[in-house]
Amino acid sequence: MAQYQNLFTSVQPVGPLHDGIELPRGNARRLGKPFLVHLLGRIGNAQIGPVYLGTLGLASLIFGIAAFNIIGFNMLASVDWNPIQFIRQLFWLALEPPAPAYGLSIPPLQQGGWWLITGFMLTTSILLWWARTYRRARQLGLGTHVAWAYAAAIWLFLVCGFFRPVMMGSWSEAVPFGIFPHLDWTSAISLRYGNLFYNPFHALSIVFLYGSVLLFAMHGATILAVTRYGGEREIEQIVDRGTASERAGLFWRWTMGFNATMESIHRWAWWFAVLCPLVGGVGILLTGTVVDNWYLWSVKHHVVPAYPLGSPVVLDPALMGVKP
Amino acid sequence: MSMLSFERKYRVRGGTLFGGDLFDFWVGPFYVGFFGITTLFFVLSGTALILFGAAMGPTWNVWQINIAPPDLSYGLRFAPMMEGGLWQLITVCALGSFVSWALREVEICRKLGMGLHVPAAFSMAILAYFSLQVVRPVLMGAWGHAFPYGIYSHLDWVSNTAYQYLHFHYNPWHMIAVTFFFATVLALSMHGGLVLSATNPGKGKTVKTPEHEDTFFRDLIGYSVGTLGIHRLGLFLALAGVWFGIVCIVVSGPFWTGAWPEWWSWWLNMPIWRT
Repeated sequence: MAQYQNLFTSVQPVGPLHDGIELPRGNARRLGKPFLVHLLGRIGNAQIGPVYLGTLGLASLIFGIAAFNIIGFNMLASVDWNPIQFIRQLFWLALEPPAPAYGLSIPPLQQGGWWLITGFMLTTSILLWWARTYRRARQLGLGTHVAWAYAAAIWLFLVCGFFRPVMMGSWSEAVPFGIFPHLDWTSAISLRYGNLFYNPFHALSIVFLYGSVLLFAMHGATILAVTRYGGEREIEQIVDRGTASERAGLFWRWTMGFNATMESIHRWAWWFAVLCPLVGGVGILLTGTVVDNWYLWSVKHHVVPAYPLGSPVVLDPALMGVKP
Repeated sequence: MSMLSFERKYRVRGGTLFGGDLFDFWVGPFYVGFFGITTLFFVLSGTALILFGAAMGPTWNVWQINIAPPDLSYGLRFAPMMEGGLWQLITVCALGSFVSWALREVEICRKLGMGLHVPAAFSMAILAYFSLQVVRPVLMGAWGHAFPYGIYSHLDWVSNTAYQYLHFHYNPWHMIAVTFFFATVLALSMHGGLVLSATNPGKGKTVKTPEHEDTFFRDLIGYSVGTLGIHRLGLFLALAGVWFGIVCIVVSGPFWTGAWPEWWSWWLNMPIWRT
């Protein structure tokens, strides 16, 4: 009983390309002539473009490219302007935040000043892009759900690079720009504050991270499994339930006794994805500001046992007035 | 009863893989089937063993209950019940129930005339569990390398295992896995948000169309993958994340015992840099 399992699009109908829904008055014109890429069409839409740039998009790109270039040139300067060493050491290179001695003051350019400028540029770029996301939705008459989901990610970004450093009174607490350096930062903050695994907000954030992966696997697979009944036409199925929705729902009802609807699965998706950076940001914000050692915090709240180390009680150096 | 308004016409006979019509029935909303019976057997046995282990252990504090695998000295042999034997039985029950669950999903798919994407995707998760608890311990020669069953104890295992390789973030497959995981969350938020924004445009406004959805993302980033494509993309991102997660832990120990930051020295020492 061989049956067709929808994996790739085998036949691509090609019609006249169009620019999309008409834009309301006062908008700029879309850029680029749309074109087709066959391989993309095997998976999803083959059409690329056009794109709406607009003032917000242009401004966001300018700030973003400026930040990207400042990071790149600082890295290049750190290998004495040697392009080969730049490529060789790229993953190790960094634009580091100022040293702890500078606190929240403005340091010289080479001592973290560039980092501060980059952070400002990047934040501006990201916030402008948020405004763009919001405005594009509104101009097309859509809800602003994508923009608010994006805001959750911006929250985590600002907690790591701005809110927490300000609360700690030092830019040095912030994340460096760089591949391995930002990984070192994650490891360092975890070790310094008693292992982030004992931070319940970190745990929740990971639950939502894995939960999102689980949800998308479940949702993606379910919809693909009912595409023979038109399941991918989700909006249509939401306003006028068809056999695709019914089968998709019953699959989960019969499997685990519960099912979402075609609309509510997207609410589950949105909340899981949004809560991941949202609670993660809360966990980072509390680290070092409110809680100094998550392991000791967890012992205090009886979630982990106090490990007998066979040595006198270990005191957290930070509690003895030692400053980093 | 526990049937949805449209459900009765879908409750038809057939589609089973094993047992013919014998187990072809529902209990409440649940479909049973032969693999429902085996799932129930393994789940009840496994849960009972966990409760037994907890009862024999030092605490009923749910965060601290821990059922550890055998000591490394037992190698790949059976261990006495209270020294890891429980863990071994629970692992068998877990795998039995996961596989039963997947096969039960296959039966439900066949009954509903659906593709087999969900059980196929679930198999990737089962493979991840199997790799952590069986493949890697077998390659390393001891069940003691598997993770323990307990809320905080398994976190300790992750932490300890990672630091055995000095800094696990430098594991390139871990880097790829995390990238796919984050990308999945990003894509999920964009997909969920987009569908909600088209169907909830605000009070008194007309529900929008897939053309609006495509236009939104084309305006924003120049490309919209489309209503069909996003589900392929999402499923791919999720499964790829899990797959590289499997690779990153199975290579750690059996194929790489050093510090992960050192692994990258091959890149720094390539002959092409000599000028």
